[in-house]
Amino acid sequence: MPRVHIPAPARDLTGGEVELEVEATSVRRLIGALDERYPGFAERVLEDGELKPGLRVAVDGHISAMGLLAQLEPDSQVHFLLAIGGG
Amino acid sequence: MATVEDRQFRIEPFPGGTPGNLRLVEDGRLPDYDVVGTRPIRHDGTDKVTGRARYGADIKLSGLLQGYVLRSPHAHARIKSIDTSKAAEVPGVHAVCTNADMPSADHRAGDLGEGIVDWYHLNQNVLASDKVLYTGHAVAAVAADSVHIAEEAARLIEVEYEVLTPVLDVREARTADAPVLNDDVRTDLQPAGEQGDTPTNVAKHFHYEKGDVDAGFAAAELVIEREFTTKTVHQGYIEPHTATALWSPDGKITVWTSTQGSFMIRMQVAELLGVPISKVKVVPMEIGGGFGGKIAVYLQPVAAVLSKLSGRPVKLNMDRSNVFDATGPTPGSYMKVKIGVDADGMITAGEAELLFEAGAFPGSPINPGCMCVFACYDVPNGRIDGYDICVNKPRSNAYRAPGSTHVAFATETIVDEICEARGICPVEFRLKNAVKEGDERVDGVTYPPIGMWETIKAVELSDHWQSSLDGPNRGRGIASGFWFNFGGNSVVTATVNEDGTVSLIEGSTDIGGTRAAVAMQLAEILGIAAEDVTPTVVDTDSIGHTDVTGGSRTCHATGLAAIKAAEDIQAQLCQRAAMLWDVEADQVEYDGRATLSGPEGKTISFQEIAGKLTQTGGPVVGRGSVNADKHGGAFGTHIADVEVDPDTGKVQILRYTVVQDVGTAIHPSYVEGQMQGGAAQGIGWALNEEYHYGDDGHLHNATFLDYRIPTCYDLPDIETIIVEVPNPGHPFGVRGVGEVPIVPPPAAMANAIYRAAGVRMRSLPMSPPKVLHELLASDE
Repeated sequence: MPRVHIPAPARDLTGGEVELEVEATSVRRLIGALDERYPGFAERVLEDGELKPGLRVAVDGHISAMGLLAQLEPDSQVHFLLAIGGG
Repeated sequence: MATVEDRQFRIEPFPGGTPGNLRLVEDGRLPDYDVVGTRPIRHDGTDKVTGRARYGADIKLSGLLQGYVLRSPHAHARIKSIDTSKAAEVPGVHAVCTNADMPSADHRAGDLGEGIVDWYHLNQNVLASDKVLYTGHAVAAVAADSVHIAEEAARLIEVEYEVLTPVLDVREARTADAPVLNDDVRTDLQPAGEQGDTPTNVAKHFHYEKGDVDAGFAAAELVIEREFTTKTVHQGYIEPHTATALWSPDGKITVWTSTQGSFMIRMQVAELLGVPISKVKVVPMEIGGGFGGKIAVYLQPVAAVLSKLSGRPVKLNMDRSNVFDATGPTPGSYMKVKIGVDADGMITAGEAELLFEAGAFPGSPINPGCMCVFACYDVPNGRIDGYDICVNKPRSNAYRAPGSTHVAFATETIVDEICEARGICPVEFRLKNAVKEGDERVDGVTYPPIGMWETIKAVELSDHWQSSLDGPNRGRGIASGFWFNFGGNSVVTATVNEDGTVSLIEGSTDIGGTRAAVAMQLAEILGIAAEDVTPTVVDTDSIGHTDVTGGSRTCHATGLAAIKAAEDIQAQLCQRAAMLWDVEADQVEYDGRATLSGPEGKTISFQEIAGKLTQTGGPVVGRGSVNADKHGGAFGTHIADVEVDPDTGKVQILRYTVVQDVGTAIHPSYVEGQMQGGAAQGIGWALNEEYHYGDDGHLHNATFLDYRIPTCYDLPDIETIIVEVPNPGHPFGVRGVGEVPIVPPPAAMANAIYRAAGVRMRSLPMSPPKVLHELLASDE
């Protein structure tokens, strides 16, 4: 089952849980499942149905170009990160 | 399976380099390529060395007007009124514009790929209408027959200001009674936190936490906590900003400019001027350095508005003072960092509080600073808080590995102090604590295959580290650093010519030899010579969306696009050969040595089939389009030998070596050039560079005479050791190389100064007066 790393500022919603297993096949469904379990989570990461400006999703250590559409494997690891501007 | 510690390495010259260009080689592992790893002459070399290359200011158009931008004399003031009537009456003036001539903007977020911009803030930064937030903030602009007329007219523009108190220091700016720059800014807790509800200068608060930090420090035998500061510094590119624009009567806007990303300029110009991107064409000229500072727009929308108002093309150039006063520096900072180690010298916990200057508007690189502060080490328990704080200085912008150099200065200095206190060799400490594949950063991300440990191993094996350093007031320091790199969007098209050459079209501005590096990757796949590929950088109407040349992404991502284009060509040529031989396409193979093979021993060379394209269906065009996301991070470790003059505090660099994991060096000379150039900039940041502001917020050293970047007289011939731990996210293993070399120098220099003079420097720059101050204080 995919594992999602809960950002520290959102752990108030998950009762301090840092990493959770969530049955989902895409990032969008993962957020939906998390919001069902921890109401308010989607509001923290979504705006108008899309990832909040600047927020990125990393799947297996790589920031996915697919965002919410990124597909998840049973052993995927998901992180929510901010966009990193290089020079 | 052998552990990383069991593997055998040696240092040897990198073929084709100078005596100081080396590489780390693992026994039994050497890359096997024909083009990759060689050093062909760059395709744009002749134009560059003969002065024929055309940079932004070289553009000349019929009827071209020259522009001048009026800038704020105040660091913080409210604009009460702007009267341009007298300027408009000056003979030779064709247009005068203010923010009122641009469409109004709102607080929507614009995604520039690598970062986010608030369109209202960008609108206000381009031309202020409400408040000016730094000296040099643009207020109005004039287009005239000559720049002298434009300047004279601009001085007649009457701006009535209500002068406000400026705030320049991040610690002061976050206090409750500090003057607030932007009434619309609220503290946004990220990632995935909530937003505050009161106006403040603290735009963002990033918080990362891993493990049990308190327990980690409780388990430590030694805990060291120190405070550090760095000053505002500039990227220091040689070419000032320039933009020329023509707003045609049909509504199309053409912009000629020096930029790291023509598509980013197109997006910003279109958004700020309220036109579709299809109405804007950006022509990227050659660029005289950017380092992150030539991504945001400054002059481009203003030139376009002046062109619209005058009906003629308009050119705007900055002078050096404009560049310092009004374009993105990298922020000054305050940092408090704490690290604990156990009796075995293993890190048990880390904690950091980081305050970065955003400048006038939110957007400092504080988030990557947070993510980099402990990135080199396996830190089991960590807590990081970072704050993006507005102050009355120019809006900060990216600068080579943004945010990482600041935090490495803090972390790597503390690591050195730990090594001294525990009696551990700095190399041994780093070998024990270095992150490896599978380790998790404090932000939670797990590392893919990386080469931090290998860079330390290369240091250990290097002649530099093993050599003695004799003499008084001399010392050696090392430091490590990390940068994420980036992937992103890139497009390449490649046309096979009848003579067996290939014309390669790309949208990546060439910085550091990327034309050559991209062309070489296409050549490697096709099995032809790099010289048989002609790379050309084109405008935004002539290629698909390509992200900036920045984030150390171009050789990786545009290289990937070139590889895909080459593979597309291979597949099409197999079909053509099948047609010639009357066989099925899947019976034809392209062997990578520019030969196609078919049944019954049939063969045809790339050059031969290129001459038969017309008779087999017409020109062959390969296409490659990627949104790359497996770019791989990069680590570097530097060695610095210095001598400190005890009478003046001046630091002389005696020897300097850059060790860096580059994945795979496509063109080693340009990789070495990036390593050396990054180190040179980092050394300048370490020893001399700083913005000198008066209490009134005026910048006192806005010239290269007073803002001292290093010259060849300040630097030795910087030695390089290339480490190649292939990135599995690229067919050749490419990682970005351009940014991480700026990260370690300040800490490496500080550690060397300590070994030389016995003083710990925790404030940048470590200029002679500051070093001397510490020397005198240590004598008391």
